[in-house]
Amino acid sequence: MQADKTGRLMATIHVEIVSVEGHIFSGDANLVICPGKMGDLGIAPRHAPMLTALRPGEVRIQADGKDEVFLYVTGGLLEVQPSQVTILADTALREGDLDETAAEEARRKAEEALKGATGREDLEHAQLQLVEAAARYRAAQKLKGKRKQL
Amino acid sequence: MAGAKEIRTKIKSVKSTQKITKAMEKVAASKLRRTQSRMAAARPYADKIRDVIANLYQANPEYRHPFLVARDIKRVGYIVVTSDRGLCGGLNVNEFRRLLPELRQWQGKGVEADLCLVGAKGVQFFRRLKVNVVAASTHLGENPHVSALIGAVTVMLDAYKEGRIDRLFLVHNVFVNTMSQKPEIKTLLPAEAPEPQALPKYWDYIYEPDATELLDGVLTRYLETQVYRAAVENVACEMAAKMVAMKAATDNAGKLIEKLQLDYNKARQASITREIAEIVGGAAAV
Repeated sequence: MQADKTGRLMATIHVEIVSVEGHIFSGDANLVICPGKMGDLGIAPRHAPMLTALRPGEVRIQADGKDEVFLYVTGGLLEVQPSQVTILADTALREGDLDETAAEEARRKAEEALKGATGREDLEHAQLQLVEAAARYRAAQKLKGKRKQL
Repeated sequence: MAGAKEIRTKIKSVKSTQKITKAMEKVAASKLRRTQSRMAAARPYADKIRDVIANLYQANPEYRHPFLVARDIKRVGYIVVTSDRGLCGGLNVNEFRRLLPELRQWQGKGVEADLCLVGAKGVQFFRRLKVNVVAASTHLGENPHVSALIGAVTVMLDAYKEGRIDRLFLVHNVFVNTMSQKPEIKTLLPAEAPEPQALPKYWDYIYEPDATELLDGVLTRYLETQVYRAAVENVACEMAAKMVAMKAATDNAGKLIEKLQLDYNKARQASITREIAEIVGGAAAV
């Protein structure tokens, strides 16, 4: 069991949320609610060490005397230590077939490169953006549906 | 010697070029700073994920994930990170120069190579060569996003999982300092198992779902992170190289202007002297 400087047992847990592209959140909490792969989790101070995958959903961070913080994660990994919660958040939407769309796109680009049928670069770029936009739209739709179920 | 007027127009055009190169230098310098902070921002995530892998690996050392197992090499894969745009000195060329001998070596051993290209310059370069390009991702911009890289990386990871390639390399420029960038080739797969921690642990995580399943997801993310970091570092290299190249161009333009100015003065002097001689000659004739 860990105690703070005054000798009291810890009533808060440190929360750290990071992604590859940067730091997202850090602060103390009394309770952290996460969308775990096997179900929602409420993590209180002095929770047993744990590792789990996250599904897309809301992370809620509750602290005494502060407004509840809502954060939306698109998946990732949750690491719990007795005094610290770390969320390694995915920056990208990562539904299975979304990955596939991206892979398919990469393959298509490679084929184009091989054929040498480049077209104008602007056009290529625009197409890429279009595919990206379509993928994002689909993901958004999907997530929307999921939210309603919750 | 050209006439004074022509020299003047030439000076004007060189001056405007100099203005452009100077502006590009400044832009590259400010972008470089921003990219460097992005490089730093990726660090906490990468460190944490490395810890998690070490933990997972310790939790069940008997489980050998395909990403961690070395195989006989029959075919290799390369992820080549290049810049999207030129005007950055020999950055990309040096990288290709580092890569091509390796590709030739594999060819000599009868091993074929699959390439995955990140960046438009790589696509342009390898289009002319007879190589097997399996995936490409271009126009990532100055702030590459993980989502833009996932597709290309997934193609290569799938190829490794399915045994189509037996080794995966990552080729990119390493940022040494503003003046120097070094192309580097490092092995991505098989990933080396993290070194065991010095002290034995008396506790273990609760795993949800189980550790092997988690390891799969974490390893994939770890590899993507490495490619992402390579892409960000490559942007930093591009900006640094561009800054240096543009500085050199600006300096050269300055020298050229000086020389042209001298020529212009000489031409002007010559024409004045000629005019005086003509006047004097004309007066003498009268």
